[in-house]
Amino acid sequence: MRAYLFLICPVLLFLGGSYLLPFLGIMQLSFTDPEPGLGQYSHVLTDPLTLSVIWRTLRICVIVTAVSVAAAYVITLLWVRGRPLVRSLTELCIMIPFWISVLSRAFGWMSMLSNRGLLNSWLKDLGLIETSLQMTRNEFAVIIGMSHYLIPFAVFPLATAMRNVDERVLTAADGMGASRLRIFWQVFLPMTASGVIGATLLVFVFSVGFFVTPALLGGGQSVLIAELIYLWIFQIPQWGMAAAMSVILMLAVGGILVLLMRRYGEMAK
Amino acid sequence: MKSEAIVVNTTQIEARSVGKKYGKFHALRDISLEIAEGEFLSLLGPSGSGKTTFLTLLGGYEDTTSGHLFLEGQDMTGWTANQRGFGMVFQGYALFPHLTVAENIAFPLKVQKRSKAQIAERVAQMVEMVGLAGHENKKPKALSGGQQQRVALARALAYEPKVLLLDEPFSALDKNLRGQMQEELRRLHRELGTTFVFVTHDQEEALALSSRIAIFNHGELQQVGTPDEVYERPANRFTAEFLGDINILTLDGPAGIAGTPIQLPGNASGLGHLAVRPEHMRLAAEGDANQLPVRLRDKVYLGSKSRLLLETRGGEELMLYLDNGAGLVAPQTGAEIRVAWDVQDSFAV
Repeated sequence: MRAYLFLICPVLLFLGGSYLLPFLGIMQLSFTDPEPGLGQYSHVLTDPLTLSVIWRTLRICVIVTAVSVAAAYVITLLWVRGRPLVRSLTELCIMIPFWISVLSRAFGWMSMLSNRGLLNSWLKDLGLIETSLQMTRNEFAVIIGMSHYLIPFAVFPLATAMRNVDERVLTAADGMGASRLRIFWQVFLPMTASGVIGATLLVFVFSVGFFVTPALLGGGQSVLIAELIYLWIFQIPQWGMAAAMSVILMLAVGGILVLLMRRYGEMAK
Repeated sequence: MKSEAIVVNTTQIEARSVGKKYGKFHALRDISLEIAEGEFLSLLGPSGSGKTTFLTLLGGYEDTTSGHLFLEGQDMTGWTANQRGFGMVFQGYALFPHLTVAENIAFPLKVQKRSKAQIAERVAQMVEMVGLAGHENKKPKALSGGQQQRVALARALAYEPKVLLLDEPFSALDKNLRGQMQEELRRLHRELGTTFVFVTHDQEEALALSSRIAIFNHGELQQVGTPDEVYERPANRFTAEFLGDINILTLDGPAGIAGTPIQLPGNASGLGHLAVRPEHMRLAAEGDANQLPVRLRDKVYLGSKSRLLLETRGGEELMLYLDNGAGLVAPQTGAEIRVAWDVQDSFAV
């Protein structure tokens, strides 16, 4: 057994070199740049502008997570429990977004939602609106774009949970006279709760670090943490602040993960 | 509550030439069967014989493709499972994994919108009845197989259904637990007087539990009768061979086996084989009418008795049991001996 351990070395070296070392560098930066101490952290956690970015990020991520998981739940239901034709169509709709880059998708939404975009011109043609609706460069656009990107990721944990539901349990509930609504809320949903938690975790963790989509669709009007870090690195070089923000972000995500995993473990019992 | 005597005169459920097709496959063909109120009917057959299909049709979990089902004279063919209101114990129990024992049992009662006090009372009653006191707040995963089985029974019986359907409820239990649960089921049936329809592929289980047995094979009903009827007077060769052990001998000519003349039972005309249960066969004594010369191939000591494996002159195998307490000395392996049976214990198949 031990003789084979060296085979794992390349992976460890790679991870150490590409993740651990840079991370240690960032830790060091966060405590030393521009001057040694906790100054960067106290600034990040007291500066009203930074705090507002953190608050906005949290708010948007919670909304995006809720929207994505809810939409993914419906989509997964169709995929796992629909008729054969519905199933294959849904599968296609889940897979296609995976083949399109995040950049293309953000531009797609921009051409759809912008002031002279498709949606506005259709609405005008139909006579429903006089002037263009503002649908980009705001949180609405960010939420739409991020959710669209994240829904497929939420589908897989949900699909696993739904496939594990014993059909006979549903049959039993039906036989006892439970309505479809009751079966869904009191049997099917609780039985797939593990999938909901898994999907929530995955989507939330991804969404907190989102950069491209909010940067493009938010148009600088709704800056999220990742974009703020980018600004601190490339626009107004304050690397110590960027590093401190990164460490805080990582700890926050880690903390949330631990909390949810613990809850997840209890449910699995 | 009924007395111990089983009432077998009121027909509660009637199946009239019921059939079920999946595509072109006939899962069930032309099943006609009456189920009496309060009886314990077992549906017995090998896997794929259609017994479970018949149960799901009875319960209303699937639609018949032909024929009709009646409940107390009313045509219930198109009714949903809920409209029929039978209790059902599913194979694998189908408990709600996220609910506790008490919540599982309460589920059908909540659906019926009974009052909280009523539900609590009934749940306590059911928990007591199936011997699960102290386990009310456990989830199914924390229970043993036998305990899960009890929860499934309690849940199915909670709303006092007229009929309880059970789909191979004991198939996942080990042998000891099986025996215990069988006792339990008999007790419940006696106490409640509910009609039980029980699917099993275990013939011993069916013989031990049922007031009547319906034997299925290849989607067709082979025979219905009390355990001793189907065992002692099987309607055909399938039933004869499926239930217990049996010696089947080829008849040659009008009245003989491998050249030895024997007495034939009344139903022999036109049938080519004679069947005798091993327990009705004995080593021949002076004056036995029906004797057949055989060779002893092997004997197996089983404690209270020995099993003798024999071969006729025609090369057919048979067996019989020798009671070790009777002081009889088993012959040596390879010995030429004679076996005998009473003609009324044999039947042609």
